[in-house]
Amino acid sequence: MVAPANNAVDRLLAALPKRGDGGARFAELGFPTTRDEDWRFTSVAPIAELEFTAATGDAAANLEASVFSEIDGPQLVFVNGHYSSELSDLDELPDGVEISNLAAAVFKPCEADDAFGALNAASFTDGARVCVAEGVCFKTPIRIYYLSTGGDGATANIRNHITLGPNSKATILESWTGADSAYFNNAITELSAGDNAHLEHVKFQNESPAAFHVAGLHATMGRDCRVAHHSIALGGRIARNNIRARLDGTGIEAMLNGLYLPHGKQLIDHHMVVDHLQPHCESHEYFNGILDDHARAVFHGRIHVHKGADKTDAKQTNKNLLLSDNATVNTKPQLEIYADDVKCTHGATIGQMNAEQIFYLRARGLDEDAAHRMIMHAFAGEIIARIGCEPAREELDRLVWDRLEDK
Amino acid sequence: MSADTETIDRFVAQEYKWGFYTDIEADTLPPGLDEDVVRHISTKKNEPEWLLEWRLKAFRHWETMKEPHWPQVKYDTIDYQAVSYYSSPGAKDKDRPKSLDEVDPKLLETYEKLGVPLHERERLAGVAVDAVFDSISVGTTHKEELAKHGVIFCSFSEAVQEYPELIKKYLGTVVPYTDNFFATLNSAVFSDGSFVYIPKGVRCPLELSTYFRINAAETGQFERTLIIADEGSHVSYLEGCTAPMRDENQLHAAVVELVALGDAEIKYSTVQNWYPGDEDGNGGIYNFVTKRGICKGARSKICWTQVETGSAITWKYPSVILRGDDSVGEFYSVALANLAQQADTGTKMIHLGKNTRSTVISKGISAGKGQNSYRGLVQMGKNATNARNYTQCDSLLIGSRCGAHTFPYIEVKNPSAQVEHEATTSKIGEDQIFYCNARGIETQDAVNMIVNGFCKEVFRELPMEFAMEAQALMDVSLEGSVG
Repeated sequence: MVAPANNAVDRLLAALPKRGDGGARFAELGFPTTRDEDWRFTSVAPIAELEFTAATGDAAANLEASVFSEIDGPQLVFVNGHYSSELSDLDELPDGVEISNLAAAVFKPCEADDAFGALNAASFTDGARVCVAEGVCFKTPIRIYYLSTGGDGATANIRNHITLGPNSKATILESWTGADSAYFNNAITELSAGDNAHLEHVKFQNESPAAFHVAGLHATMGRDCRVAHHSIALGGRIARNNIRARLDGTGIEAMLNGLYLPHGKQLIDHHMVVDHLQPHCESHEYFNGILDDHARAVFHGRIHVHKGADKTDAKQTNKNLLLSDNATVNTKPQLEIYADDVKCTHGATIGQMNAEQIFYLRARGLDEDAAHRMIMHAFAGEIIARIGCEPAREELDRLVWDRLEDK
Repeated sequence: MSADTETIDRFVAQEYKWGFYTDIEADTLPPGLDEDVVRHISTKKNEPEWLLEWRLKAFRHWETMKEPHWPQVKYDTIDYQAVSYYSSPGAKDKDRPKSLDEVDPKLLETYEKLGVPLHERERLAGVAVDAVFDSISVGTTHKEELAKHGVIFCSFSEAVQEYPELIKKYLGTVVPYTDNFFATLNSAVFSDGSFVYIPKGVRCPLELSTYFRINAAETGQFERTLIIADEGSHVSYLEGCTAPMRDENQLHAAVVELVALGDAEIKYSTVQNWYPGDEDGNGGIYNFVTKRGICKGARSKICWTQVETGSAITWKYPSVILRGDDSVGEFYSVALANLAQQADTGTKMIHLGKNTRSTVISKGISAGKGQNSYRGLVQMGKNATNARNYTQCDSLLIGSRCGAHTFPYIEVKNPSAQVEHEATTSKIGEDQIFYCNARGIETQDAVNMIVNGFCKEVFRELPMEFAMEAQALMDVSLEGSVG
């Protein structure tokens, strides 16, 4: 008898275009189960139950009411995982900055070690390609929009490739939104930052609350580079972010900064592994979450300090605010250290609003509701404030505010 | 790294003081494990039918299980058929000694050498000792004194004969025989251990203590300890352990179950000093232990304190299930991984009742080629209103070949629960050493001082005499290592 999970693998592969080994690796790995340590708290069974179809482009899609629309500069738009040249705007790029869709370029995906990565490698349709040459400082934010208009089971595999040459600088703003249906986006972003490169990468994920979103970010960093990744996660029925950062050079500063605000029956999962391979690097992870209703959140952070990576300064904090009796948080802040001259700290807190803080505010004339809101906004604001790109920060601050007021 | 090779080498060369072997006639089962071995052990101990059945159920279940490999430890595959599951000192056909006077003087000598005198007049003041040698309890001291207060403190086998109703009621209620691979193995072949029952409202007048000694070669030690504190009672219990130096690895898979009824308090302290093996990882004990307590009644308290300095591999998570409202769980641990030792230890605090509180303080010290991991779970159930947890796990690294890891799991299902987790990893600072040197304190003493300061919060929790012993043990173990 064929197990249901295998059946789902077959149905999925049958629905999608294939290349290379034709998804053999994915078929071998299959959908992860909660028996896999990395997926212990996140069951992907609802994804496996989908009636998969390959998502197709949609000419009627538009960018109305999209985030970051007041920011000028190049924009790339993907509709259901397919490049939309009508909506994209890539005029007047300076020398040394190449922005295009990936399908147009010859691209060989990196080896995948997990099932969704293998699926993506075999079946990706398109994605963004950003290439900033050595010494080029591109100040204008590059905006990438991913729109989903597909119906239930519409599956898109998206692959992005971002390369920053030595001494270059760039800002990338990503937005993920979609129509209200149970579509499935499986994305992989390969990011490579050269020596002394500066990158700010903002991911605003506001998929439909019925949709499924699995995304991997694989970052390799060179000497003295500065990389900040901000993950603002609001949407998705199941939203999973796999973030893998390899600090393979000295003097790197990497920041992973995230905010998740699940409500209803959403599950938002951040799964991070930071590898410190060289001495004198810093990595900072800050993740805050506010959970309401039956929402669930998972945080897995692992800092792996390899032998020889002395003078590492690694910090990891995960704070959670539970607003309802039925919300659940699972957090695993982990350290694995094989070098002795390091400074590593991690901390996690989970709780409801601090009664003393509320009392303090009430003693100053605020009503209880206002006090609650103020604390909530401060909690979320802490993360938003780390975003360097000012127009994006202000807009996200507004959006997060609206989301919190909305409840 | 300021520690030069010479000091590290000296440190590694530390002798294990308890590594001698007592040449004594022993009744040892040949290596191997099947149903007959289980039956044999049960018959040897003259056990009732229901206990044999329980053992067999466990054994049949064990046969269907796979050895777990998720801990952060590496070791060669264990051949469970090459281990002898029963060894008792004394010739085959001889009866068990009725009192300490009949015990083989060689055995008493062994315990004296270990600093645990069993003779009446030399006994540690205020401490009752149960001495377990390989698979057998050789004697329990201060029995009469304890009996006056209604306290039962005896070996497990004795309890099976004399208090079967208590054993039947509580055995396997905290750690069921299906719990995990090693606990199931233990349930099938456990040999001896200690049994403690404190009646209602009694504050145990003495510290209770068990001293475990592995002596015979190629044997495993599988003891089982059960402590029951009835309503409003209080007990403090301590276990210590050592083993001879051998090149092969020996398996130690124990199970400890604690039951605290309403308002009762159990304090369980461990000073674990099994033979750690040599610097290349040859020999030493595999210490795979399941320890769990349940705070069954309201306002009960269980406190685990452990000082783990021995064993080639330590794999244990003393846990507390906080079922009673307002119950308290505490875990204080110092784990030292030196030489090629590997420790994967921590705790589980399962909060089920309202207003339950738990504190976890874990101090890991890694030196030489040691690998030290803290793995802990804090779970707040749906009904654990106002539950509170505070966790702190600190790691200290000495030398550049060791590792320190932390794997905390936090699961919260109740919004009024508060969980805090903090962890730091650091090495002994050169500035700290310099500060001490400048005040005339030698580097070695400075290191000891800093380590003791680092461990103070845990040592403070140990009973007085043992706190001194633990501190001395730490000093000896770290001699010659400079951070």
